[in-house]
Amino acid sequence: MQDRNHLARVSTTHQVNIIENGLIDIPMLQILKPDGSLHEQAVEPDISEQTARKIYDTMEYTRVLDERMIGAQRQGRISFYLASTGEEAAVVASAAALSDQDMIMSQYREQGALAYRGYTTQQFMNQMFSNEKDPNKGRQMPIHYGDKELNFMTISSPLGTQIPQASGYAYGQKMAGKDAITICYFGEGAASEGDFHAGLNMAAVLHCPVIFFCRNNGYAISTPAEEQFAGDGIASRGLGYGVKTIRVDGNDPLAVFAATQHARKLALDEKCPVLIEAMTYRLAAHSTSDDPTGYRSRDEEDKWRAKDPILRMAKWMKQKGWFDEEANKKLIESSRQAVLSALKEAEKVAINPIEDIVNDVYSEVPWHLQEQLENLKSHIRLYPQMYPKTSGRVK
Amino acid sequence: MAKMNLLQAINSALITAMEQDKRVMVFGEDVGHFGGVFRATSNLQQKFGRDRCFNTPLTEQGIIGFANGLASQGSVPVAEIQFGDYIFPAFDQIVNETAKFRYRSGGQFSCGTLTIRTPYGGGIAGGHYHSQSPEAFFAHIPGMKIVIPRNPYQAKGLLLASIRDDNPVLFMEPKRLYRASVSDVPEDDYELPLGKADIVEEGSDITLVGWGAQIEVLQKAAEMALEDGVSCEIIDLRSILPWDAEAVVDSVRKTGRLLVNHEAPQTGGFASEIAATVQEKCFLYLEAPIARVCGLDTPYPLAHEKEYMPDQYKTYEAIKRTMNY
Ligand SMILES: Cc1ncc(C[n+]2csc(CCOP(=O)(O)OP(=O)(O)O)c2C)c(N)n1
Repeated sequence: MQDRNHLARVSTTHQVNIIENGLIDIPMLQILKPDGSLHEQAVEPDISEQTARKIYDTMEYTRVLDERMIGAQRQGRISFYLASTGEEAAVVASAAALSDQDMIMSQYREQGALAYRGYTTQQFMNQMFSNEKDPNKGRQMPIHYGDKELNFMTISSPLGTQIPQASGYAYGQKMAGKDAITICYFGEGAASEGDFHAGLNMAAVLHCPVIFFCRNNGYAISTPAEEQFAGDGIASRGLGYGVKTIRVDGNDPLAVFAATQHARKLALDEKCPVLIEAMTYRLAAHSTSDDPTGYRSRDEEDKWRAKDPILRMAKWMKQKGWFDEEANKKLIESSRQAVLSALKEAEKVAINPIEDIVNDVYSEVPWHLQEQLENLKSHIRLYPQMYPKTSGRVK
Repeated sequence: MAKMNLLQAINSALITAMEQDKRVMVFGEDVGHFGGVFRATSNLQQKFGRDRCFNTPLTEQGIIGFANGLASQGSVPVAEIQFGDYIFPAFDQIVNETAKFRYRSGGQFSCGTLTIRTPYGGGIAGGHYHSQSPEAFFAHIPGMKIVIPRNPYQAKGLLLASIRDDNPVLFMEPKRLYRASVSDVPEDDYELPLGKADIVEEGSDITLVGWGAQIEVLQKAAEMALEDGVSCEIIDLRSILPWDAEAVVDSVRKTGRLLVNHEAPQTGGFASEIAATVQEKCFLYLEAPIARVCGLDTPYPLAHEKEYMPDQYKTYEAIKRTMNY
């Protein structure tokens, strides 16, 4: 048997020596200044014009989608929505640093990553209208996307559950010899859940090629970060679990891209987890059910509005000569049109037939669910007017 | 008396409890300054300070584990779990700890002062992670009480009784009633007994048993049945554990028929327990099989919510089948 010594890496001291948070300084990577120029000594990541544009366009698209869907919710056309306004760079630029084969496990504010992968406007709408074309068959609330072809795991509402799952998924990828990793997005709030601690520990000990990507956006619904954690953030927890860690300015698309590119390479080459903490701000309300004026000031929001990641990137692209004002305006306008027409289209599609209430509970419908379905159908036949969305198809 | 909706009645109960006993502390996700996502804890922090009403980090496991420790110390925690669906991360703390503290320590320690509040139930287009009715899971653990109010008056009286009860209580709030209506609620302190059912309507032909928001469904079905000349007795259980078997048994001995309605899936639901007990104690009085009108044995759906719900039409049809057996 191997002789193990868990003290091998522990140094000694002969005075009481208390290590306080703050002594371990985890700096935040910044590459782009707000005016679009590079910080001194900052190195521009290896990014092509095409990738930069795709990141930029996806951020703009996401913002249009968010605006329009919040509007649609106010008109009562969909029941719920969650915006990623202010956090577009954290999500889109990280997704851009991945390969299409990498699995994305998201929390719920990562529509930008899905859009980057090519999820269409119509697909977004079908999910939000829980219609027959929604791949989830209308079973989950709006914004619970999922797409197997795009390697985007279907979202679950309970927070943090995807974190240990990401470790397991990544371990599976490693064992199958795949040239791919898993990225797992979550908020600083979700990082308080037990699942976070379990997930990081599992990944570190079992050498899983996974990137844990924390969007530290200052709020979990109404709870400000200082009531969420007492340390300086989430990054220090990575170190505690023996996970390689990087903190990045989440409103700086180049920094996020560079950090994620590095993290991906590390995860793949060294078969290890990496934690990225993106420091950003949730400019939007938590969701359409929330009213942030009850817990924070307009002033505070405005300070962050000035750090808009989309503006910052536009300024950088202008300096590179990669930005066309006219084309951008057209893009925004056409996105607006596309969202509107896809929305109208999705509204027209029926909901799933009633049989889908019992499908997918198990791989096959067992006798008791078959029986419950038959009873339900006879009941709908008796009261067709009470169940108008399904009765038309119950013969 | 004041006009209050269910949320205001809960808020009023919490204020009464906190004024009356300094040991009472209220906490959970977003519970502090903001007053909770449903605003049940509004103004408590302003009134009683941050030490007694506060936000916790986002961890249900942490909230209940913390509450267990606090309760075992003699404080009186009222912990909020934001949605019943998110109580499961705390399942271990509740099932293995909250409920068994007293028993395993030979009565030396207990979590008797703990009350866990959580909104539950469907009918709000919340999909399956904002609609579940998890009462049956907790009814399976000996050692704690489960209480569910059906209106503002009950909410205040039952919550005050739960906070002051010597046992840990899971207090489940039917969220679709939160703002549904207002009714008269005393501004003063009052309690309603735990473990006692409420006879909502007297009747002679069939006993209808339910709790929480489903009582309304039973009332509507009873009205439809009345047009056919069927007289329904409606019982609101109010406490799932311990439940008032005596009230139900007495009623079934009178009517000879029983229907139980709940939103949770049928298999292993609490209706099964009621049905088993009643057939044991009323076998010779029964004139028809006991009917259950429950949720399907599927996860709670979104688009098919209307179809899933054990509504008044399904209940009415089941009443007819039972009457015509
Ligand atoms: C286990 C669990 N508890 C509570 C909730 C309710 N909830 C939904 S979002 C949210 C806040 C999440 O904050 P954070 O993780 O920081 O992400 P952000 O919304 O800031 O992007 C809460 C408490 C939930 N979905 N799951």
